[in-house]
Amino acid sequence: MSPPRILYCHCHYAQVVPKEVKETVLRRLCESGVAFEAVADLCEMTARRDPALKQLAASGAIKIAACFPRAVKGLFHQTAADLPPESTEVLNMRTQPAEEIAAALLSPELTPNLPAKGAAAVVVN
Amino acid sequence: MPLAPALRVVLYEGAGAQPFEAADRFGAISSLLERGFAVTSTSGERAVAPADGRPIVVLGRFAGDAPDFQNAEVRTRDIAGLAAAQIADVVETARTEADAPQHGGWKPWFPVIDYDRCTNCMQCLSFCLFGVYGVDGDSHIQVQNNENCKTNCPACSRVCPEAAIMFPKYKAGPINGDIVSDADLNREKMKIDISALLGGDVYDMLRQRSEKAKSRFSKERDSDKALAERQKCLVKLAAAQAAGGGMDIPPEVLMSLPAPDEIARRAEEARAKAAVALAAQRS
Repeated sequence: MSPPRILYCHCHYAQVVPKEVKETVLRRLCESGVAFEAVADLCEMTARRDPALKQLAASGAIKIAACFPRAVKGLFHQTAADLPPESTEVLNMRTQPAEEIAAALLSPELTPNLPAKGAAAVVVN
Repeated sequence: MPLAPALRVVLYEGAGAQPFEAADRFGAISSLLERGFAVTSTSGERAVAPADGRPIVVLGRFAGDAPDFQNAEVRTRDIAGLAAAQIADVVETARTEADAPQHGGWKPWFPVIDYDRCTNCMQCLSFCLFGVYGVDGDSHIQVQNNENCKTNCPACSRVCPEAAIMFPKYKAGPINGDIVSDADLNREKMKIDISALLGGDVYDMLRQRSEKAKSRFSKERDSDKALAERQKCLVKLAAAQAAGGGMDIPPEVLMSLPAPDEIARRAEEARAKAAVALAAQRS
């Protein structure tokens, strides 16, 4: 099975994700030599219902470096681009250390963590 | 908001192109993200999203002719020797040529509904004066007009009894999407408290405070001073609201509330829409 794809969100239009965390995660991805997708801001894509979100959601296992899993799930759902819960892992750049996120992104193993209906949200770290 | 697909940027390092140093790759991608572009880095293993009909610009350090990607939507640009900012300029030109929309210039602030928690109670639809919410064909609540939302105002999330409304760019949980705690689960109580705090009518309270401010400052001779005082007063109001478990409505939103009769009209319209949706659910 091929390793999960990687999606990095730069959360460009707000200052809620620490800049040093964003920079370190992106730098590690660039240093790793793996292929990945980087978007300026998932919220902005959702706001204008960018069809690219459907492609990102529909292409199999994925690891996403962004913010809270509950928010990321909702953002994709709001554009009718549901992420597959069994094969999506969200790393939270608002709360997790950059190096931990980078290591998780680059690991071939995937730990699905989208919150399920009726269950408490999952703490990643 | 435009629905046209955005330009996709591919940083290409495959056959027919020289690889980038890691620092150059980082610089180029950072610069493009800061200009609002989405970038696919194809520097190594792992799959990326397939071509999807979006216009694409492929950037590379091509030694000679760029590869033929056999796709009419693909434009190639040789970026050998260019600095990060120049690469972003090249892409901006390609965006214009492709007639792809320009993005940015607007903080994407709008509610995101957590449908795992939402009970379709229509409190948000009933509350919002700005027509952000609506219902789909099955009378389920949905966000319909993102652009109508007031930047930095999370008030509708405060009235949601299930903590089901998120603003991902908000500063604190659970509104920002963080875990919903036991305290947050007590939202029904919070909703009652807010209602009591505001005398049972949120908009009447806001209108009264706005009118008081207008009355006070209409007596001021120095309009600049009056404006400064008014803003100071409203900032204090917002802080007081926050300290009291209030709604965290930004001063500029309070300042921009419409006239009382218009507030009443919009509130009634919103309540009517919610009532129709709830009736449809029951039938």
